Amino acid sequence: MSHNIKLPEGSIEKQTITLNLGPTHPATHGVFQNILELDGERVVSAEQTVGYIHRAFEKIAERRPLYQITPLTDRLNYCSSPINNMGWHLTCEKLLGVKTPKRVDYLRVIVMELARIADHLICNSIVGVDTGAYTGFLYVMQYRELIYEIYEEVCGSRLTTNIGRIGGFERDFNDIAFQKIDKFLKEYPAVLKEFISLFERNRIFMERTQGSGGIGADRALNYGFTGPNLRAAGVDYDVRVHSPYSSYEEFDFNIPTGTTGDNFDRWQVRNQEMWESLSIIEQALRKIQDLKGEEATLYHADAPAYYLPEKKDVYTKMEALIYHFKIIMGESEMPSGEVYQSVEGANGELGFYLISDGGRAPFRLHFRRPCFVYYQSFEELVKGGMLSDAVITLSSLNLIAGEMDA
Amino acid sequence: MGLTTDHIKSRLTEKFGEQITSMEESYGMLSIEAPKEINLKVLNFLHDEADLGFRFLTDLTGVHYPDRTGEELAVVYHLHNLVENVRIRFRVYTSIDQPDVFTATGLFSSANWMERETYDFFGICFVGHPNLKRILNVDEMDYFPLRKEYPLEDQTRRDKDDDMFGR
Repeated sequence: MSHNIKLPEGSIEKQTITLNLGPTHPATHGVFQNILELDGERVVSAEQTVGYIHRAFEKIAERRPLYQITPLTDRLNYCSSPINNMGWHLTCEKLLGVKTPKRVDYLRVIVMELARIADHLICNSIVGVDTGAYTGFLYVMQYRELIYEIYEEVCGSRLTTNIGRIGGFERDFNDIAFQKIDKFLKEYPAVLKEFISLFERNRIFMERTQGSGGIGADRALNYGFTGPNLRAAGVDYDVRVHSPYSSYEEFDFNIPTGTTGDNFDRWQVRNQEMWESLSIIEQALRKIQDLKGEEATLYHADAPAYYLPEKKDVYTKMEALIYHFKIIMGESEMPSGEVYQSVEGANGELGFYLISDGGRAPFRLHFRRPCFVYYQSFEELVKGGMLSDAVITLSSLNLIAGEMDA
Repeated sequence: MGLTTDHIKSRLTEKFGEQITSMEESYGMLSIEAPKEINLKVLNFLHDEADLGFRFLTDLTGVHYPDRTGEELAVVYHLHNLVENVRIRFRVYTSIDQPDVFTATGLFSSANWMERETYDFFGICFVGHPNLKRILNVDEMDYFPLRKEYPLEDQTRRDKDDDMFGR
């Protein structure tokens, strides 16, 4: 290697190269660092450093009333914030014993599945970018925009959505929202089909992704994989099916699985899931149309002690005024207990472990962040492979720095 | 659904007897407690026995109870039997003066970072952990921020008087 360099006596010549991939490398798609030891182009070892955007959410949550924690959850997996929001509402509802009407469940399902599509869309198209195919990414971005427009109609914001309240939604979906959902359902299947056909049998894409970053089912389970990454390894575990929440048990959908757990399988599983999500949204819309009478207009549960009343009621009704103040000042009765609630986030099982001692804020709140758990397997996934495969593995794992660092 | 709560309870009592200090069910999940010295024995038992099969570690975290003298810190494991789809919560307590708990990394690779995170925030030392160092906070930090004695905001501030509200 360094024949012309005179090393001091007794020093050991290093045979490998250390490469810092990240924290702000474009290929990491987020702020985290990988210290790779390279022998030529082969990865000898990898060490991950996380925590660059740690914001101490768990500590902050210990001083906030429940409804003020929702915006914190937005910032976990910010590619699919609505799922995090809903997961948090479900956790609170489980603790408080609030039962939501069917229509709320279905509306939630619609929002969550849209979020899942938006998340998978980004992840899969980024895998494309990292293999050198930029077109797909630019193309589908346009359709993520349609999803964001639906969020805007529902809650007024796009990325950090803060959708919903404990017990339901802050307001009903308006007609424009339903029109936009219909528009998306009409336009998106053709786009997804085209997107898939850009890659699926593309020789270059297949060669780049097949056989790299693979993991067997046993190791994946041992590493705590969940979500599409686990399913790509052949384990059909899906929280929506195994511990149904928000009436998912009424929906008819498949759990797509892969076999080898490599980058190609992960990519395939996500695409299949987008098809399933589209079908779930259609089913949910039909179910909403089938609701009769009073049920057909409900958008929140009858839980006055926790659900913030409408402003016009606050100004005209005594009861609403009292509850308004009680909720805002955090004086609502909180039961004490321990709750674990999980939802199928876009990249795995997103769990909320909430301990309440009856005070106005949680005594302890822990987020089970799926990508924090499975990112530790990265070294095992890329060891012995090429550097360029490591980059694809990084993006196909769907690592979101916000979620990892909480 | 073959695996019932009663079966888990009876199997645990059969094996550990009085050593399991608490078994209760709340919000649909069985929660058990044991002394920290036998945490690995319990985890191994739950993991290895064919009829229990809790082979998936969903979550591992810590909790600080400043009022429980002698057992201020808790380590909470959430385990999942994916085949029978049953979850269980297992917790051990340790004193804050000697917060040593055996590591579960031998059993679950996923415990590695979760234990590092727990160490980082609560200072619980996992004995036998291959690489126990801070993970989310800076290496130079000399305290464990999620312990209750560290207030979230600067308590000397007078412009935000929170005596009436908040903990």
